[in-house]
Amino acid sequence: MAELARNTELQLDTKPKSPWIEAWVIFRRNRLAVVGLGIVIFFVLLAIFAPFIAPYGINEQDLSKRLLPPSADNWFGTDDFGRDILSRVIHGARISLWVGFFSVLGSVIIGALLGLIAGYYGGLIDTIISRFFDILLAFPSILLAIAIVSILGPSLQNALIAIAVINIPNFGRLIRSRVLSVKQEEYILAANAIGMSDGRIIFHHVLPNSITPIIVQGTLAIATAIIEAAALGFLGLGAQAPTPEWGKMLADAKGYLVQAPGTLFFPGLAIMLTVLGFNLLGDGLRDALDPKMKQQ
Amino acid sequence: MLSYTIRRLLSVIPVLIGMTIIVFAIVRAIPGDPAQVILGQRATADAIASLTKELGLDQPWYIQYFDYIKQLFSGDLGTSLRTKTPIMEEVWPYIAATLELTFVAMLLAVFIGVNAGIISAWFSNSWFDYLAMVLALIGVSMPIFWLGLMEQWAFSIQLGWLPTSGRENIRDPIDSITNLYLIDTLIQGNFGQFMTAVKHLILPSVALATIPMAIIARMTRSTMLEVMKSDFIRTARAKGVSMFWVVYKHSLKNAFIPVLTVIGLQTGLLLGGAILTETIFAWPGIGRYLYDAINYRDYPVIQSGILLIATAFVFINLIVDLLYALVDPRIKYSK
Repeated sequence: MAELARNTELQLDTKPKSPWIEAWVIFRRNRLAVVGLGIVIFFVLLAIFAPFIAPYGINEQDLSKRLLPPSADNWFGTDDFGRDILSRVIHGARISLWVGFFSVLGSVIIGALLGLIAGYYGGLIDTIISRFFDILLAFPSILLAIAIVSILGPSLQNALIAIAVINIPNFGRLIRSRVLSVKQEEYILAANAIGMSDGRIIFHHVLPNSITPIIVQGTLAIATAIIEAAALGFLGLGAQAPTPEWGKMLADAKGYLVQAPGTLFFPGLAIMLTVLGFNLLGDGLRDALDPKMKQQ
Repeated sequence: MLSYTIRRLLSVIPVLIGMTIIVFAIVRAIPGDPAQVILGQRATADAIASLTKELGLDQPWYIQYFDYIKQLFSGDLGTSLRTKTPIMEEVWPYIAATLELTFVAMLLAVFIGVNAGIISAWFSNSWFDYLAMVLALIGVSMPIFWLGLMEQWAFSIQLGWLPTSGRENIRDPIDSITNLYLIDTLIQGNFGQFMTAVKHLILPSVALATIPMAIIARMTRSTMLEVMKSDFIRTARAKGVSMFWVVYKHSLKNAFIPVLTVIGLQTGLLLGGAILTETIFAWPGIGRYLYDAINYRDYPVIQSGILLIATAFVFINLIVDLLYALVDPRIKYSK
């Protein structure tokens, strides 16, 4: 009996953990998610320290060493200009992560803004914004990206803009549905009753309560954005030569499939691993942050 | 069902209008003089003036849009700047090639994906389950253009089992009737040519099928796991129904709606993936048609290619929505 009382006391003494720490505990238990985090950290470090890690410069050519297979000097071999593929793949991490992160940031900001307005105000403005989302979603995403780049002209920056635009409706719809449910909560009613302005309610109450699904969706969207940027690069609509973008590297090397398959193998592997990392991380974050969205 | 069908059909109209606006804007929104951009820096003033007139760019935009819509309604998709042929006349063989490729890819994705998902759920936490789910995870993260290139390297160049690219043997072309070669060769009773068509289809359709296959497998597994926990499954087992029937009849029937949603969504996305696959395998489909048009800055073809694929995407989604209202009567009553 005394022990039970002591246990109860102990339990009462312990403070409730912050939801972020709780999420971290759940996340840490998920082995695949931890692997995903590891892969992402690896590529982020690679991107940050690329100039120090890469053994050669990205445009350092040696025409006497064209299309060499992997060796002790060039771990991943060399391309048709005799450039070191390892160094180019390492620098490519910078470009892919940069495009992935900033395109998603762009779509989150614009999507969230439109979703907040649509969900909070409802009525005609909601109809207009929702129809706009429907139209963007009526295109297969890569096709819409192609359409946008055909207007703006092929370049890495325009590919980034195109990828940001195609992801806007995904975030917009997510936030809109979140706002619709948050709007019904009593604390929003209370905030309204004490005369708080719409802007303050939206940015201080509605937005913070919608942040977890944005983090989850955002992580998964970075994975898709990296593939889309590589696809645009591969089609010649993204990064242009001599930028060491992974998709562009594949496009440039596709004529050497017979002579030097290594030129194609490593950039593609880098894309796959980065995307896998973000996918695993996103799945893990979903399970940890939002148990309601948890998959079986 | 009728009122739901009408409501759903009407909802397509604003989307189609929006799509035509975006596609219409492709040429008009090019920064600077579109005709100059299309023809390149070295174009003469006469050529620019004549292209401006040909594309109707000298008119106010609302008249241009109205003319564009009028054109579309009369079945005119414009004329290719490269081949000088009306797009409507030359587009069918490309559409047929894409139809054949995406259909076979979807068949593969559904057959393998659904079965892998079912077996994974049936024997959950077994080695098969782990292997299938790891493969599915890798499949979802795979850039299909890279997978296609690696397939070519392994199965065409190294092993020599399958052709690298194209749709037919160039030295022995297939006589086309419908341009769907699998059907054409069967109609003609030419089994040898049928096998050639099949061999050409294998690599591109596997590349194209990978991502949807992985997604379908994951979705089937998770919904099947949920359904197999239900009381009616336990009852069926208690009655002595064999596990095979419980899984393939009782469970699958109930797990199929979310799976159908994913299948529908993926069918549409295949059309996007087809652009990349067709580029790698020189598959003469609508995606390749679009890719060539991009390289030649053949804007009328870019516009019409995008419009055709996007319209197909909208209608596939429409059909899928109507299908699940048919399968699950609860859907049509909720808004």
